[in-house]
Amino acid sequence: MTHNTSSDVTSIAPEAAQIAARQSWMALLARSQLQRLENAWADLDGKPEYAVLRAPETGMVMVRARAGGNGGQFNMGEMTVTRCAVRTQQGHLGHSYITGRDKRHAMLAAVFDALMQEPTHRKHIEARLLTPICEDLAQARNNVASKVAATRVDFFTLVRGND
Amino acid sequence: MYVAVKGGEKAIRNAHRLLAEVRRGDLGVPELSVAQIKEQMSLAVDRVMTEGSLYDRDLAALAIKQARGDLVEAIFLLRAFRTTLARFAISTPIDTSKMKAQRRISATYKDLPGGQVLGPTFDYTHRLLDFALMAEGEVPEVEKMDASDVAMPRVTDMLDHEGLIEREIVDDEAPIADLTREPLDFPAERNLRLQNLARGDEGFLLAMGYSTQRGYGNSHPFAGEIRMGEVEIEIVPEELGFAISIGDIFVTECEMVNQFKGSATEAPKFTRGYGLAFGEAERKAMAMALVDRAMRARELGEEIKAPAQDEEFVLYHSDNVEASGFVQHLKLPHYVDFQGDLEMVRNLRAEQKQTELKMAGE
Amino acid sequence: MNGKTAFDQPLTGFESPVHDAQRVFHGVMEAMSHPGKIVVLSDLPEAPEPLNRASAAICLSLVDFETPLWADAAVAASSQAMNHLKFHCGCPVTSAPKEARTALVSDASMLTSFDRFNIGSDERPDLSTTVIIQVARLSNEGGVQLSGPGIKTVNGLSVEGIGASFWDALKANAQLFPRGVDLILTSDDAIACLPRTTQVEV
Repeated sequence: MTHNTSSDVTSIAPEAAQIAARQSWMALLARSQLQRLENAWADLDGKPEYAVLRAPETGMVMVRARAGGNGGQFNMGEMTVTRCAVRTQQGHLGHSYITGRDKRHAMLAAVFDALMQEPTHRKHIEARLLTPICEDLAQARNNVASKVAATRVDFFTLVRGND
Repeated sequence: MYVAVKGGEKAIRNAHRLLAEVRRGDLGVPELSVAQIKEQMSLAVDRVMTEGSLYDRDLAALAIKQARGDLVEAIFLLRAFRTTLARFAISTPIDTSKMKAQRRISATYKDLPGGQVLGPTFDYTHRLLDFALMAEGEVPEVEKMDASDVAMPRVTDMLDHEGLIEREIVDDEAPIADLTREPLDFPAERNLRLQNLARGDEGFLLAMGYSTQRGYGNSHPFAGEIRMGEVEIEIVPEELGFAISIGDIFVTECEMVNQFKGSATEAPKFTRGYGLAFGEAERKAMAMALVDRAMRARELGEEIKAPAQDEEFVLYHSDNVEASGFVQHLKLPHYVDFQGDLEMVRNLRAEQKQTELKMAGE
Repeated sequence: MNGKTAFDQPLTGFESPVHDAQRVFHGVMEAMSHPGKIVVLSDLPEAPEPLNRASAAICLSLVDFETPLWADAAVAASSQAMNHLKFHCGCPVTSAPKEARTALVSDASMLTSFDRFNIGSDERPDLSTTVIIQVARLSNEGGVQLSGPGIKTVNGLSVEGIGASFWDALKANAQLFPRGVDLILTSDDAIACLPRTTQVEV
């Protein structure tokens, strides 16, 4: 689907670096265990107030793939996704899109996305939430990868008589 | 004459109660939880997600529990549920070359970069019933090895470097069919065929794929590469205007490499068939790749003479929700239709008798 | 962070997205199946300028990421209105009216014909643009006489805030059947529909 999008009406083009930073924390928040988010929220001093702009709702994303892995696109099938949007008192918008149907996860991910845009909270959230999520993910990945690695085949060729 | 038939409500209600009781089975046996199905019947869950065309492990496990383990019924339940959900976005195409693979094998190259990784496979098991599983036993300790990242290039890319295999055509401006929005239309482009196959019945595709190997479709396939593992899902929400990564899903991919003798215009080379499914679904992905290749007959200028090459035949009969609906609708009351047929057969027989009597009289 | 100030941020949408969207959909259905009938959509959320509450609510109910939206200059110039629609509908915004499945016209006096929108094809008349037009006032007293499917005899409809050639344009639109656009006229929280099947007598 292609459309001529009219020129963006928002005034300032967001800077690439800011977007990249936000992309990486949104990716982490989406993959967090719920308990990590709950703990980080419980740890937060003076709970920041926020308005729910879009209550958590569950829907779907159509997964696109490519023939042969790198050819023409096709629709593979759908997956459940839950999204949420909030606005903090300071006026920052927080968005979340997460796989699955956990509404609480979507809500907290949106709240932390908004708070990460506020300098007063950023350091704290990075240290208390994002770093632990990173560690969880690395550990889980390494755990699976090391077990899988043990099933890698080591071929050995039998020595032939003439050589 | 049409006779409206009412009644049976009480019988239906009681039948549903009976179903619930039978589903639960012997109360002396602990009830199965959805979490147990999700964890311990994970390949059934994967099949239900793939053919139900909705990636959600909990919902698929619930559907299996509700359907008493009837996977086609569970697939129907999941398909029905998906119609209640709004679609938020379409993902950017998944990149399976960046897959965090938990299995990767090739039947075409022994020593390929990244190696042959078996993962949790049934292959090389002896297919002997393991009576130890009758008792609740302990799981053996799993070996671990250093898992420094190893690149796993696609096998077909290696053939591509030599120019021995056809190239996939990338046209991101081309329209992409969506079966959930538009009914099947023929001739069907490859993207429509692949979507249909991805949700198609594993048993049907397995039989169709098998038929191509047995000579109905003249194919000489090699499993170029099979890999399964997690891939990242990325969407670009309109309100954000940039891509965000929303999570990972587990998929199985199979690339079949087929001999192609060449034609008047094309040099001999290898052609490709592609299979892709949610979860661990190796048999499904392999069968899909065989059938995908067979249905490319028209595009490759091959003679179409086998069922697996006939896209109308394959695509119209691959969906088990449709198939099961049409077969099972025969259970519904056809009292009036049957009365009509009964009348007609009686009349025809009477006519025939008359004719016979007349002939005998002459 | 991303250049949005409170001024151009989206407003709160439906309180209960599913139920509120269903309610609005029912209202539009009622109005569309009885052309000219004025239906008041109740309990609508606030709408960002220059949208009225009915137009915004109809967009939130009918428009999504698969239905491109076109908006006239006055709406497109309001970053808050556009952000509101992009956020709640997730819709792509197009600058080509023919690509739009839904169009928003806030200044009806500029509208002289419907040619610029998609009128669908004989095979797919459903692909035509649904045009939401904001007007100053709607009333069933006097005005033009409407007839056609969904109208028992005739319906009177008077519309304030439209251009002189509006009704001629609508007559031309009806000639195109089965192609043609369908109109939803909105004024605050009231709507009246003029589908392509409706005949107008001025």
